[in-house]
Amino acid sequence: MMRETAPVCPVTENHIRIALVGQPNVGKSMLINAISNARLHVGNFSGVTVEKSEVFFDYNDFHFTIVDLPGTYAFTDYSIEERVTHDFLTNEDYDLIINVVDSTNLDKNLQLTAELMTMNKKMVLALNMSDEAEREGIEIDAPYLSQLLNIPAVKVSAAAHTGIEKLIETVIDTYNQPMREPKLVFSEAVEEEIGIIERYLDEHHFKAAISNRNIAINLLQNEKKTYRTLHDLPLWTELQPQLIEADKHIETHHDTDDIKEVFAEEYAAFIRGVIAGTVHYREQASEKKSLTERVDDLLIHPVLGIPIFLFLMWGLFQLTFEIGNIPMEWIDSFFGWFGDVVGATISNEDIRSLVVDGVIAGVGAVVLFTPNIIILFIGIALLESTGYMSRVAFLLDGIFHKFGLHGQSFIPLVTGFGCSIPAYMSARILKNDSDRLLTLFIIGFMSCGARLPVYVLFTGAFFAPGIAGNVLFAIYIAGAVIGLIAAKVLKMTAFRGEDEPFVMEMPKYRMPSLKLVWHTVLTKTVMYLKKAGTFIAGASMLVWFLSNYPHSDSVALEYAPKIEAAAEQTEMEKLSAEAAAKQLEQSYLGRIGKTIEPLFEPIGLDWKLAVALQAGLAAKEVVVSTLGVLYSVSDEASETDSSLVGAIREHIPFASAVSFIVVIMLYLPCLAASVVFTREAGGIKYFFYLLLFTSATAYLLALIAYRLTLLITGASAVLPH
Amino acid sequence: MRLKRKMHTLTDCPRGCSATVVKLHAKGPLKQRLVSFGIMKGARVEVIGFAPIKSTVEIKIGRMRLALRKEEAQMIEIDHDA
Ligand SMILES: Nc1nc2c(ncn2[C@@H]2O[C@H](COP(=O)(O)OP(=O)(O)O)[C@@H](O)[C@H]2O)c(=O)[nH]1
Repeated sequence: MMRETAPVCPVTENHIRIALVGQPNVGKSMLINAISNARLHVGNFSGVTVEKSEVFFDYNDFHFTIVDLPGTYAFTDYSIEERVTHDFLTNEDYDLIINVVDSTNLDKNLQLTAELMTMNKKMVLALNMSDEAEREGIEIDAPYLSQLLNIPAVKVSAAAHTGIEKLIETVIDTYNQPMREPKLVFSEAVEEEIGIIERYLDEHHFKAAISNRNIAINLLQNEKKTYRTLHDLPLWTELQPQLIEADKHIETHHDTDDIKEVFAEEYAAFIRGVIAGTVHYREQASEKKSLTERVDDLLIHPVLGIPIFLFLMWGLFQLTFEIGNIPMEWIDSFFGWFGDVVGATISNEDIRSLVVDGVIAGVGAVVLFTPNIIILFIGIALLESTGYMSRVAFLLDGIFHKFGLHGQSFIPLVTGFGCSIPAYMSARILKNDSDRLLTLFIIGFMSCGARLPVYVLFTGAFFAPGIAGNVLFAIYIAGAVIGLIAAKVLKMTAFRGEDEPFVMEMPKYRMPSLKLVWHTVLTKTVMYLKKAGTFIAGASMLVWFLSNYPHSDSVALEYAPKIEAAAEQTEMEKLSAEAAAKQLEQSYLGRIGKTIEPLFEPIGLDWKLAVALQAGLAAKEVVVSTLGVLYSVSDEASETDSSLVGAIREHIPFASAVSFIVVIMLYLPCLAASVVFTREAGGIKYFFYLLLFTSATAYLLALIAYRLTLLITGASAVLPH
Repeated sequence: MRLKRKMHTLTDCPRGCSATVVKLHAKGPLKQRLVSFGIMKGARVEVIGFAPIKSTVEIKIGRMRLALRKEEAQMIEIDHDA
């Protein structure tokens, strides 16, 4: 067919709605990427897809909608993820299921497939990771498998992009053909009961869209929807006692009182049979240690495991600081130069100041830290995509459990080092509500990427470059430790409750796909820069305005003659600095700061730092840009060191800096994160709890840190100047 | 009085031992969860290793590796393989 003659709107008729279902970590996200070239986030730990997402694309004359459902091990509705998948599959409208399975682990994956086979939906089996299966010497006879199950099965590899076209064409074929009923075979005892119910339905001329055999199976395994449908029919009164009898029969046979368990065992036996006929293992996998096993011998070593993990994290922060700092000077001087160039073109003094001191200084201060952020994001993306995250959860569960947390809390917590927002969302992998809430409350203590600039600024100001990386690491560790202690306190008070079991799959180690890491990092970095360009530029302008107005003529009048009269250059500089400081003090910002200063005085913060903290409630990046604006004002005169780092070193006593860092580490996350927190926690009241909890913790610990630092350094309590 | 037979659970297995699951002593959601991971009567498991202070155990079931806390492992009754 020629392209030009294609109908204008080929969409409506041939629209195929597909539900993509599979167990966690089988490569669903990557398969969607491969099919549609969409940019979804792909990660290698159980349960990256927590919300269902839709992808649209066209192929030949067909319009596809693929709904990527959260990975689920079984067709149950116990955790949030399982519920999303379960409810979608039972209630929503779709044409076909693509069941993605991991070819290297068929026996486990087909367990879900067997459950899906009773859903009475068209289905295509995507045997993913066929590249890996081949490497591991696993040979799958796909045509025979497809014949045994009566479901089309296609070998694909999302990573190597093989079989994708065939998969799509199989989907189209399946869509066009009438429904074929999948073949499930049970043990004799169960088959007998199925037969009885089936015959009963047949005799009563019961007809539904699905076969009576399928109905019998669903009734026996207590499938809710079938149950409800038949419940209201006249034949139910006779059928029900038969069902009860049948279930009892089966349960005795299986020596259990749990019909779900019975069917799980039945499916497992059926699958064993199918696999015996269709899968051939070329070499005995158990004889030779796999790569994963060998790596695990080291990485989850009972003694070495945790030190190795800490070392890797330490290395990450070293890199963040050492490599991240190289381009910083270039960026810094670029914005300096850019400010001068732009400033020269603007004649109006006020507007020039707004643009140069407000917007360019503010945005520049934030953009400055992009290299650090990129390195941190790369590190976290690597942790995620290699499969190491699950190992750390395994190593840390023992310790975490003691603090009232769950080993899997580690995943949102580490994500929190990147950004609190995805961290709050990924807390959904925790099945238990009180575990989840507890984790949500302490995620903020894991310093997010946006706080990194503040730390880099301050450690750079007070520590030699050689040890600044270590200090940075110590700050992060301190935040994490405080988080753990806070968790314990919360667990003993607010979140008492049953402990959630820890049962977690350890995925195979995989080489991270460079393309995917790149995508993840790129998306996050672009987001960071976008924020710098919009939100932070706006906030910088606001801060600039508040710190420049109202302009006091009396101060200007008082100092102008003095400065003019000054004989020496140094005296003149000193006077203009004084004038600038006076102006700032009586500005709107100065007045706000002065009002709240008494509150911050005990922890060694003056009004400028207090204002910076308030600004940080909007976004943590704004702290740096605010400091940039505040200090560029009073800095104009003292040209000894033009950079912000110098200004901070000069104006802020060490003890105050420590106290400031402690507050930054612990107080409320940014506005956007707070909104997500409130949504995930499930109510505005939790936001107020969080506000109270983090403010109190931050204030108290800042007070302690301030006093301790004074004591140790022997300094006296002076406020910044 | 009934004679008490010592029950073996997964926690009795040292590193490297393999066993067959005899019974699950878990209930409700936990049981479903274990079952959905393939831990059910007749399943073969192998103990791969322990986390520090033996708080968590890693097992292999089929071709999958699974981490379990000690408390959960104690609910899995096993028979040592010869
Ligand atoms: N070798 C190989 N690896 C794959 C394939 N598909 C996915 N992966 C990897 O498997 C891991 C899990 O993939 P992901 O798409 O996040 O799984 P999901 O949890 O099902 O969405 C990632 O590390 C992928 O790189 C494949 O076909 N072959």
